[in-house]
Amino acid sequence: MNRKVISFPTLSDYNTPIKFILEKLTDYEVRPSKQITKDTLELGSKHSPEYACLPFKYTLGNYIESLEDGAGIILQAGGGCRFGYYYELQQQILTDLGYEFEFYSLTDNDVNGIRSIYNTFKKLNPHIKKIKYLYYLLLTFLMIYFMDKIDIYIRKNIGFEIHKGSFDRIKNSMLTKFSKTKGFIDLIKNYLYYKKRFINIPLDKPKNCIKIGIVGELYTSMQPHSTYFLERELANMNVEITRFTNVTFLLITKRFKEKYYLRKIKKYCKYTLGSDAMENIARAKILIDKGYDGIIHIKPFGCTPEIGGMKILENLCNDENMPLMFLTFDTNTSELGIKTRLEAFYDMLNMRRNNEK
Amino acid sequence: MKNKAYLGIDIGSISTKAVIIDDNNNILTSEYIYTNADPINAVKTLISKLKNKFDYNSYKIVSIGTTGSARKLIGKMLGATIIKNEITAHAIGTINMHPDVKTILEIGGQDSKIILIDNKVISDYAMNTLCAAGTGAFLTSQAKRLNINIDDFGLIALRSKRPIKIAARCTVFAESDLIHKAQIGYKKEDIAYGLCKSIVNNYLNNVAKGKKILTPIVFQGGVSKNIGVIKAFEEELKQEIIVDDIGHLMGAYGIAIMSKKYEDDLKFSFNINEFKFETKVSECNKCTNNCEIVNIYKNKILVDRWGNRCENGLK
Repeated sequence: MNRKVISFPTLSDYNTPIKFILEKLTDYEVRPSKQITKDTLELGSKHSPEYACLPFKYTLGNYIESLEDGAGIILQAGGGCRFGYYYELQQQILTDLGYEFEFYSLTDNDVNGIRSIYNTFKKLNPHIKKIKYLYYLLLTFLMIYFMDKIDIYIRKNIGFEIHKGSFDRIKNSMLTKFSKTKGFIDLIKNYLYYKKRFINIPLDKPKNCIKIGIVGELYTSMQPHSTYFLERELANMNVEITRFTNVTFLLITKRFKEKYYLRKIKKYCKYTLGSDAMENIARAKILIDKGYDGIIHIKPFGCTPEIGGMKILENLCNDENMPLMFLTFDTNTSELGIKTRLEAFYDMLNMRRNNEK
Repeated sequence: MKNKAYLGIDIGSISTKAVIIDDNNNILTSEYIYTNADPINAVKTLISKLKNKFDYNSYKIVSIGTTGSARKLIGKMLGATIIKNEITAHAIGTINMHPDVKTILEIGGQDSKIILIDNKVISDYAMNTLCAAGTGAFLTSQAKRLNINIDDFGLIALRSKRPIKIAARCTVFAESDLIHKAQIGYKKEDIAYGLCKSIVNNYLNNVAKGKKILTPIVFQGGVSKNIGVIKAFEEELKQEIIVDDIGHLMGAYGIAIMSKKYEDDLKFSFNINEFKFETKVSECNKCTNNCEIVNIYKNKILVDRWGNRCENGLK
């Protein structure tokens, strides 16, 4: 008998842990949606409301490609802003298009709690035991945590590798190993092994290289396709990059850091602004304190929480004399335009540096 | 021994500019022609024009810089030693011309930007992202609608005593508003000056939003040739606006200065017409991205290609 296929929108390297936990906890065949291409976005925007933000269009394109590929069950992440409501609308659009499928939201519009994820898994697999669920959930969390830790190191150094592509090669091999994780000890062993390999990659890194911090909306932060590989583009200019938003943050650290972040920027911000907008302002402050050269704020067109935070961010950066650039991504953003702006931003940071000397 | 000279070319959407400078950043010669959506031929014409004006017996070109939207294509074609974006080029050029400049307003054919300078260093910049309202292309097309020659546009606008208000938020709205006002029977000069004001308002509300505009202010780009727009800027900002004669050449001038650091033993020849350059665009088709691969041929030999998002594209 053919097993049912479960699919979820691709999210760069996180495909590995998501696939891992779904395979362990359900009986379905897990098939992440295809890598994003131009076609995905065209397909997605064709069936989306014009003013829905970019993640809506990307994920809808993902779903359609998955359904065409034979998926019967689709999983959506759910989230803090209106992304959390997209679930119903996307389900309706796909039904109207004539697809037959089951649709689940991982966090079910609840706060990203362990319980709501459990409830979703319970729906996917009624026979699941709580202890087994907790075991694999923790294992997957740990995998994601390790991946994010490695990613932080990669972003800081990938622009300075001597042999082009060495980071990518080792990372791919790490992800393959991670996908076959047998248990906690196996995972930790692999992590330590790969950590060593990453640290041993030969680098040509000047001591005071240009440092740029990226803050902004979570989907564009974590899905490199949606920003035309912004981080890669910066790395090619020999820039050290820091980015805060990752799954570890969204699932775990966000709730603990809220008060700390608010205290950090109490002069500018008294309340949270929805999604990660307040956090992004606080992160900008952290980057300023750390002596970064510039900040790039990214968001998809129509991202309401971030738009609310932008003006505050601008005030903060004006007061602290910190270069700041806003980039908005949409379905028809010109790639050359982005490149021109990035290049000019880099030149500007370089000029400021040389002037300080 | 010939003296050194440095060539800078700015290939914009509407016009193509070239400047040759000497060691002391003095402009030896310059040229300005329309691109007519054909950068390769525009540059060929440009260079043959330069050839007639340039004293190549006493000077030798030792570096070439290209900037503007066709910078990569032309850079590869000429073997440029530096290819840089127009924002940096404009800033460098202007800082050399006006060392105390604080704000550069630039409105070109397809884009507009503001560059803030603090102590001879770019401190902030912005470029229009939303739409083409308030750029040269919009002004040209509306001048055509009004049946005014774009060169006389500024003079006609200055005659206006009661400029009309035009919705400036977006090109489409501005245009329908303009037609509406014209059909009511407003005078041409009032509409013309209204347009100038709408461009200035659009610029200040979109591009320059949230930026502190400090004096001295330098206004550049093709639109800076329009005295109507200059006057509208002065009225709106209540500051003096500096416009120089070579404002339109500033990008080329800037890139020429920047190229000085990248001096090279160039095999550059003014007889570029002898070579046949061709761009062929092919679709990669190796995945659904279908990247457009740009192939540059010089006398039917492939010189360079780009446009791939992954490694497969170049195989």
